[in-house]
Amino acid sequence: MLMLEKRPQPSRGWTFATPILAVVLTMLFGGLLFAALGQDPLVTIRTIFLDPLFSEFAWFYRPQLLIKGAPLVLIAIGLSFGFRAGIWNIGAEGQYIVGAICGAAVGLAFYPMESFIIFPLMILAGAFGGLLWAMIPGILRVRFGTNEILVSLMLVYVAEQLLASMALGALRNPDGMGFPGSRNLSQYESAANLEIIAGSGMHWGVVTAFIAVIVAYVALSRHIFGFNVRLSGQSPRAARFAGVNPSVLVLICMAISGALAGLAGLFEVAGPAGQISIDFNVGYGFTAIIVAFLGRLHPVGILLAGGLMALTYIGGEIAQSNLGLPIAAIQILQGMLLFFLLAVDVLTNYRITWTRQVA
Amino acid sequence: MDLSSINPILLLASLMVAATPILLAAIGELVVERAGVLNLGVEGMMITGAVCGFVVAVATTSPWLGFLGAAVGGALLSLIFGFLTQFLLSNQVATGLALTLFGLGLSALMGQGYIGIKAPAFPDWHIPLLGDIPVIGPIVFQHDPMVYVGLAIVAGIWAFLKYSRAGLILRAVGENHEAAHALGYHVVRVRMLAIMFGGACAGLGGAYLSLVRVPQWTEGMTAGAGWIALAIVVFASWRPGRLLLGAYLFGGVTVLQLNLQAAGVAIGVEYLSMAPYLATIAVLVIMRAGRAPGSLGQSFHASR
Repeated sequence: MLMLEKRPQPSRGWTFATPILAVVLTMLFGGLLFAALGQDPLVTIRTIFLDPLFSEFAWFYRPQLLIKGAPLVLIAIGLSFGFRAGIWNIGAEGQYIVGAICGAAVGLAFYPMESFIIFPLMILAGAFGGLLWAMIPGILRVRFGTNEILVSLMLVYVAEQLLASMALGALRNPDGMGFPGSRNLSQYESAANLEIIAGSGMHWGVVTAFIAVIVAYVALSRHIFGFNVRLSGQSPRAARFAGVNPSVLVLICMAISGALAGLAGLFEVAGPAGQISIDFNVGYGFTAIIVAFLGRLHPVGILLAGGLMALTYIGGEIAQSNLGLPIAAIQILQGMLLFFLLAVDVLTNYRITWTRQVA
Repeated sequence: MDLSSINPILLLASLMVAATPILLAAIGELVVERAGVLNLGVEGMMITGAVCGFVVAVATTSPWLGFLGAAVGGALLSLIFGFLTQFLLSNQVATGLALTLFGLGLSALMGQGYIGIKAPAFPDWHIPLLGDIPVIGPIVFQHDPMVYVGLAIVAGIWAFLKYSRAGLILRAVGENHEAAHALGYHVVRVRMLAIMFGGACAGLGGAYLSLVRVPQWTEGMTAGAGWIALAIVVFASWRPGRLLLGAYLFGGVTVLQLNLQAAGVAIGVEYLSMAPYLATIAVLVIMRAGRAPGSLGQSFHASR
């Protein structure tokens, strides 16, 4: 019968191969799902994974790749620190919302003044808002030993209510004839997160995401902090002997993930989304969890995974409008991808052997 | 604002109804966690149960068959989690999250043609004699049958864990899977059964939302109820008795905030809607959780 035999150390080859294998399996089973929904599986998969890059309208979709990928990569980079250290902040969606609210509030407070200082202030406010929201589960875990998974997740629902209240109340556009939603920040020059090169999709959030990838890479592989993070995840006891203060580590990891999620929210609200509205958040905070795992919690991997996940978002929209594929099918595809990734991960840590002996 | 419009008897009666979905999901998760498995996919199984129950109930016009379908749907979904965590030894936290994301998508897809349809009626029981007692009768004894099914499951699990041999084995597996394995118990088999039971219960809880409490299908209708159920298991220190208390406490907060909304309190609707989530956090902070099962969240690999 088939037996699993633990490898002395994780296989390097499979570490790189498993994400690719998971993507291939997802395409296969995704194809079956699409066939079950009455679509041509090959056409659907080509629409989702290839058309955004190579079709005749690709000039329109390629910038979208950066726009959709940037928040995913930013959030996932932040989460990867905590996930490596066994700190499970799964409320990035909430931190993303609060970052957007805080950043937008600062921008709207200055309206209609024009000054170069406004956008930097908004960036600070966005990062700070996300950081504060993430500090709640962080401090509660350190001080009272509460479970950060549950608290951070509960705060997502609180943040969504806060968002609704802001869109309908404090931040509502006074010239908006009573419609919910704030002023459009992307039309307010000093607060707008505009494209740096027109038509490229390259806005300040994309730049920040690339910087975050580089900084995270250096921090994780070349700095004592990254070493402490990895050590705490692999052996909390050894980390304590090495002088790592677990409470401080929890707070720092929560702060990093919160601040980056807040930044992602700010760049989104000041750019592609434009305004605070009830349906501002679209689940980037949750998809980023998949991105973080798919990228093996490694900055470069996350960059690639973020691109792939952005592709499924864009391809999903194309498939929805061209083929009438329900958008929920894309959500299933993304969930499936995480399942397959976790499933084939067994190959990294275990060797499958064949034994005649019955267990 | 008119607080006198809130009828305390009706409030307490609807408290039992509001607590039932969370109670059902939480008792299932309690068994799973007592077996040493942390399944964070309750939300996903709940919403899948909600849609399965609704689809079956609409197709057969029988709420009872709907609940059965929900339990089967929840259990089937939990099998994915069980296979990944027990046989492929994947990380339980990540797999549970994946289950939730997958369940939310799956339910949205399955429920597409069912938005705006009403569920078949599920009449309340008016229990003779007991239901006629003043005050207590309307609060406790005039509900739909699933309220009592939920209570019966909680009582049954309490007795199962405390008095039965199988319950003892389940607890042994959860406390120390190496020792249980050494004693000759099938750790993975026990855990798979527990996971399926948890999935079925979460499915029932979800179906209670779509068939009784709302009673309609809307996307994302569980709105965090599965996560609150997880929190209640921690609050209850993994004991069925306290689970009941926790669920009723949250039912109470939910019902009270809905009543306050209806009464037109000067607090914004959004802030009142935050109450159940904030209460969950407050309770997690105030109540020091008891000791978690020893092997909770750890993968078991019989290396012999």
